[in-house]
Amino acid sequence: MSAQKVVVVGAGASGLSTAWWLARSGVEVTVLDKGVVGWEASGRNGGGCSHYQSPLFKEEQRLWPQMDELLGYPTEFSPERIVMAVTPRQLEQYTYIAQMNNRLGHRVDLLDAQQVREAVPLAGDNCLGGIHYRFGGHANPHRTVQAYAWAIQDLGGRIVQHSPVTGFRREGGKVTAVESTTATYECDAVAIAAGPQTGTLLAQLGIDLPLAAARAEMIVTEPAPMMKLGGVDGNGLYGRQTLRGNLAYGGGPHEWVEFGDLGPEVKPSTPLTRNLARRLAELFPNAAHLNVIRSWAGVIEMTPDGRPVIDRKDNVTFCTMSGVGFGLSPASGHAVSDLVLEGRCSFTDIDKLALSRFDGIGEGWKTQKGWLPL
Amino acid sequence: MSARGTDPHAIDGKFPVPGQHYDLVVIGGGTSGTQAALKGAQTGLKVLLVDENPVPGHQVGNDVPWFFGGRATAAMQNSERMLETVFANMDHLEPLFDAGVEVQLGTCAWGVYRNGPLVGSLPSQVVGLADAEKSWLVGFDQLVLATGARDLPMAFPGWNQPGVMGAAALGKLLSLYDAFAGRRIVVVGSHELGLETALSAQTKGIEVAAILEVRDAPQADAAAVTAAGIPIRCRTWPVEAKGGLGGVEALVLSDGTTLACDSVVMAIGLVPMLELHDAANAARQFAPNRGGWVPVADSNITAVGNCAGLPDTGFDHVAYRQAWMEALGGACGGDTVICQCEEMTLADLTGVQPPRYLDRPPALQRRSLSTLLADGPPNQDQVKRLTRSGMGQCQGRRCRDQVAMILAAEAKCKLAEVPLATHRAPVRPLPLKVIADWEESEEMRAGWDVWMGIPTQWVPYADIGTPYEEENRRVLGGNMSL
Ligand SMILES: Cc1cc2nc3c(=O)[nH]c(=O)nc-3n(C[C@H](O)[C@H](O)[C@H](O)COP(=O)(O)OP(=O)(O)OC[C@H]3O[C@@H](n4cnc5c(N)ncnc54)[C@H](O)[C@@H]3O)c2cc1C
Repeated sequence: MSAQKVVVVGAGASGLSTAWWLARSGVEVTVLDKGVVGWEASGRNGGGCSHYQSPLFKEEQRLWPQMDELLGYPTEFSPERIVMAVTPRQLEQYTYIAQMNNRLGHRVDLLDAQQVREAVPLAGDNCLGGIHYRFGGHANPHRTVQAYAWAIQDLGGRIVQHSPVTGFRREGGKVTAVESTTATYECDAVAIAAGPQTGTLLAQLGIDLPLAAARAEMIVTEPAPMMKLGGVDGNGLYGRQTLRGNLAYGGGPHEWVEFGDLGPEVKPSTPLTRNLARRLAELFPNAAHLNVIRSWAGVIEMTPDGRPVIDRKDNVTFCTMSGVGFGLSPASGHAVSDLVLEGRCSFTDIDKLALSRFDGIGEGWKTQKGWLPL
Repeated sequence: MSARGTDPHAIDGKFPVPGQHYDLVVIGGGTSGTQAALKGAQTGLKVLLVDENPVPGHQVGNDVPWFFGGRATAAMQNSERMLETVFANMDHLEPLFDAGVEVQLGTCAWGVYRNGPLVGSLPSQVVGLADAEKSWLVGFDQLVLATGARDLPMAFPGWNQPGVMGAAALGKLLSLYDAFAGRRIVVVGSHELGLETALSAQTKGIEVAAILEVRDAPQADAAAVTAAGIPIRCRTWPVEAKGGLGGVEALVLSDGTTLACDSVVMAIGLVPMLELHDAANAARQFAPNRGGWVPVADSNITAVGNCAGLPDTGFDHVAYRQAWMEALGGACGGDTVICQCEEMTLADLTGVQPPRYLDRPPALQRRSLSTLLADGPPNQDQVKRLTRSGMGQCQGRRCRDQVAMILAAEAKCKLAEVPLATHRAPVRPLPLKVIADWEESEEMRAGWDVWMGIPTQWVPYADIGTPYEEENRRVLGGNMSL
């Protein structure tokens, strides 16, 4: 018998999407979060939805254009992207990416400098050319996480905020209830998508998931005149022009970090703001006069190969997205919900995302890679 | 620790040691900042004092840092002349020069950075500074924040037009900039701030049509104001500012009368400028008698003067603001704009509706602040994310305080229970080309990667384990676009 009652741990994009898919299948679902919906990486990211490297890519692309309608709330999804080069090396890399995608059947057009400048009025004389993804796009993370949460409630699901999960009750190798600081929730199955905390929660269940966490930062400017296509980046930056016109961009060095079981309370940004601003001014010389009005930081978790893990053991399904989890969330939630209900992903092969690839990795992997906090 | 160095794309070693270092950096050249700098210099410290005045002309419209409300004259656009004027009006700075303090005017502090939770990569604690052309970082041992207090605007119909401004802004335009564009004002609020504002304006030749007070009586000793012939009208508040292209022309009052005026000066309260302190994750406390949230000193950062909190005279500023909020809020309609930058109205806020560039599907119209509050305690940052209130180019200076008050009222909780909405560097709007680091370290340049720099992350799933995987790494070399 398939699960009737599921607890999802983590109200980030992955957990919320999972719960939404489960609720759509008629499951009685409860989402527990230690804080506010989407307060962690899922509300602090670049909003990019163009993950051609992922097995979930096709599903990501199929779903995003429908998400507003399916959820009933706006996500600000906007299709397609342009990546533009301001150095010859960038042009070479972007051209390679275009060719690689075309080989795989994902259409990417090459643009010369003039074509880029026509499409991107903020670009300047230093632009050398670019590539145009005829797929992908970007959405507003803040709006999207809340849209998931509201859609779950509309389907009868429950979202419990400020309720950190502390442990699990088990019988016969199965999780029968999830314990939190506010209450204990009985369940037939549990899905864990707790971002950087996924590893420590799974450890309580004897599952060894190797994860390291890093801080990443973004900046945002006041609104610029709207470009036809807002998903424009390059020059070592990712980001987008929001539908309000602001330029929101990130990139650059990350910092490996450590924190307690409930994650860091504060997420300070650093003077990296200045390096981001410089690259943005180089990318968009016609926007160099715009004011930077904010910066922020978020924490992402990474597996040793930087690829997601989506897997199930007994009645515990887990998902960690290695820094590409926002855009993929419509698809990752579908996959996780499939694993919870059917034991396998119904729409694509995700075998290479299984946890077993890290069997026997041992304790020292972070030291070996230099993924250690100062 | 040496193992860390093996991730070339991590931040380690990429921030250079700042070129300048001071024993003491003082932000703000008012009297308390000046005293702190002088005291430091007298004990032999190497001291830098910066003051953001004159603010760059293009920031006046963003109400940086005071609520100028469109009533600064065009003279403020002339930066050289303003520097002379401001310098001449800050003659209290003079002793600093003899004492060997380095003084930089027209220089704002926009961020304070130090190692702590989640950050371990800074070679020293630094404060980010900027003038109209460039930005830079300086190291410090001690930082004194003497940034003063900013205005507390409050919405009522018509407040979002030129001429509705703050008492601190008026004070600076009159005494520091010689650049006030109004002639006849109405002052809103009658505690010390309102009374002093009215008196000093009158001294400068400005006509004061009235002081308005929501409560039954003036909130401080009004003898001097009465002697000066300035009327105080109690139990009276603005219900609408009327005007034309040039802004306010008249103020309609709750008793049905109208006052002709070109400026409405909000003197309901001042808010200690703790944004630098907060952006540095330093501690704070809520002190109703001192103007709300105030900084708590730690071993490196101290606040002085109004930045540390308004003088405690026993007056409960928070209760006073709430009394005004009730009256002015009662005058507001659903269509009254609360967040000027984002044109978000009161109805948008209480309905937690998205900005106007988006559709509002039926499901969204069933959502509201009360449904959001049923799901969890009030959180201004969450409301900001959903409605864009306080997300604009003024960085929330115009609406963040009133939005917090509205949230407290809707949640029926104390203002102190609404978590302070986060402040983030840069706490002043700064053009990309100004805040940009044009001299970044070679380590930063060489180690830059768009996202994490883990080569295996970007290999297309179908290519994993095929010769393409190796080619992918060779060509992209770990520098990859999302
Ligand atoms: C600056 C930045 C830019 C990014 N840009 C992009 C991008 O452009 N495109 C993209 O696709 N991805 C991007 N990402 C990555 C993306 O944001 C994340 O991969 C994604 O949000 C992960 O979602 P998640 O739900 O798996 O985890 P999270 O968002 O981390 O959510 C986990 C949730 O679990 C909760 N939780 C943790 N522990 C517990 C507990 N014990 N009990 C209860 N709840 C708990 C947390 O509170 C949190 O809400 C970016 C990330 C950052 C930081």
